[in-house]
Amino acid sequence: MIGIIDYGAGNLNSISKAFEHLGFKIEIIKENNDLNRYEALVLPGVGAFYSAMQKLKKNNLVSFINDFVQTGRPLLGVCLGMQLLFEWGFEDKKTRGLNLLKGDVVKIKAGLKIPHMGWNDLEILQNDILFNNLRTNPHFYFVHSYKLMDVTDDVIAVTEYGDQIPAVIRRDNIIGFQFHPEKSGENGLELLKNFGELI
Amino acid sequence: MINILKKRIIPCLDIKDGRVVKGINFLDLVDAGDPVVSARRYNEMGADELVFLDITATKEKRKTLIGLVQKVAKEVFIPLTVGGGIKSISEMNQILRAGADKISVNSAAVKNPSLVSEGARTFGSQCIVGAVDAALQKNNKKGWDVYINGGSKKTALTLVKWVKELEELGAGEILLTSMNRDGTKEGFDIDMLKAVTNAVNIPVIASGGAGSIEDFIDVFTMTDVDAALAASIFHFGEVDMGELKQRLAKNNIPVRIQESSDCNE
Repeated sequence: MIGIIDYGAGNLNSISKAFEHLGFKIEIIKENNDLNRYEALVLPGVGAFYSAMQKLKKNNLVSFINDFVQTGRPLLGVCLGMQLLFEWGFEDKKTRGLNLLKGDVVKIKAGLKIPHMGWNDLEILQNDILFNNLRTNPHFYFVHSYKLMDVTDDVIAVTEYGDQIPAVIRRDNIIGFQFHPEKSGENGLELLKNFGELI
Repeated sequence: MINILKKRIIPCLDIKDGRVVKGINFLDLVDAGDPVVSARRYNEMGADELVFLDITATKEKRKTLIGLVQKVAKEVFIPLTVGGGIKSISEMNQILRAGADKISVNSAAVKNPSLVSEGARTFGSQCIVGAVDAALQKNNKKGWDVYINGGSKKTALTLVKWVKELEELGAGEILLTSMNRDGTKEGFDIDMLKAVTNAVNIPVIASGGAGSIEDFIDVFTMTDVDAALAASIFHFGEVDMGELKQRLAKNNIPVRIQESSDCNE
């Protein structure tokens, strides 16, 4: 079963439905819970960095996520959920993230339309089984105003919007998509399927 | 450069009491009034996003809309914007939680601008679309006036000032409909769209006037809009989505070409 963390308002339904559509069982997690129930964990992308961290802390989910990562089972962060995996966020105010990966989350370069909203390409830097079976020239749906600042060693695909924007990250069992796979048509579903196969 | 943000093509569906109205004419569909069926079909055709505009009058029937959004979210995995008469944060929350990605507000934003700022603060700017209906000023024809209540009531707001205010309030996108062009099939309102894209730094969706593939080529080559929306020309098959995308690509306009669906996997 895949646990999907609910940390406030926004669209949680789509990512849940996408996994269900692919045949996975899911459960919504609102507070610290028995982590052995879950084979994989998803931190979806809704809201803002500061309020999301506040909510995670309030519901004892920070330690839950940390403990889960220690088991070696896969954790997926989507959009803001991916950004929360890093050290510091600078949305609203400087905020400590989950600190599972090295890097900071900063606003997208000024001078471009913000948010970076729409379908964009991926440039794959490191091959990974996550990218299996994608159709040719795949596009993914991005909606974000902040990004991981640097293309770190954990970044395995980027997109371009003014400069390089980290789009897929992976370090062992920790995975993140800056775009919304649940809103990226067939290719997005393929990525989620590949993630599910890590279980 | 390989990586360029794609221009989006967005069909708009008018919804009343949970059904598509104004008619949709997919030749191979038995019931085109079912929004779920229509959404699925547009997804297959390569639409980049969908807009549902609810024209249901009563609050009671609003529940139907929530159910409908849930059903669509269950099987169509592209972005969905829902608009029409949404007046409160709690209504926004219900619709977003049901599976919508963005809420568009029009008259309600004019009457209560804090709805935009509060919505942006609560859900993020990317969730709030400022929809604006505007028409050329009748007296001097130098600017555009903003209208509300489905275009029936002129406000004291001028277009450029209002879109700037929407951006400041926290709207993440502007959906701009030209009342002069809407339904005419004479092409998008280039002058109006230029005025708005020059004034704001958020994505702008062009609406009103699309009649042919050339109109889409024009709007993307002559203005800096990010997306173009249309209703009837898609519903009645006058413009084929696949052909439209191919023609745009041939004209060096970056679009997302739907992956081949010929393979039987």
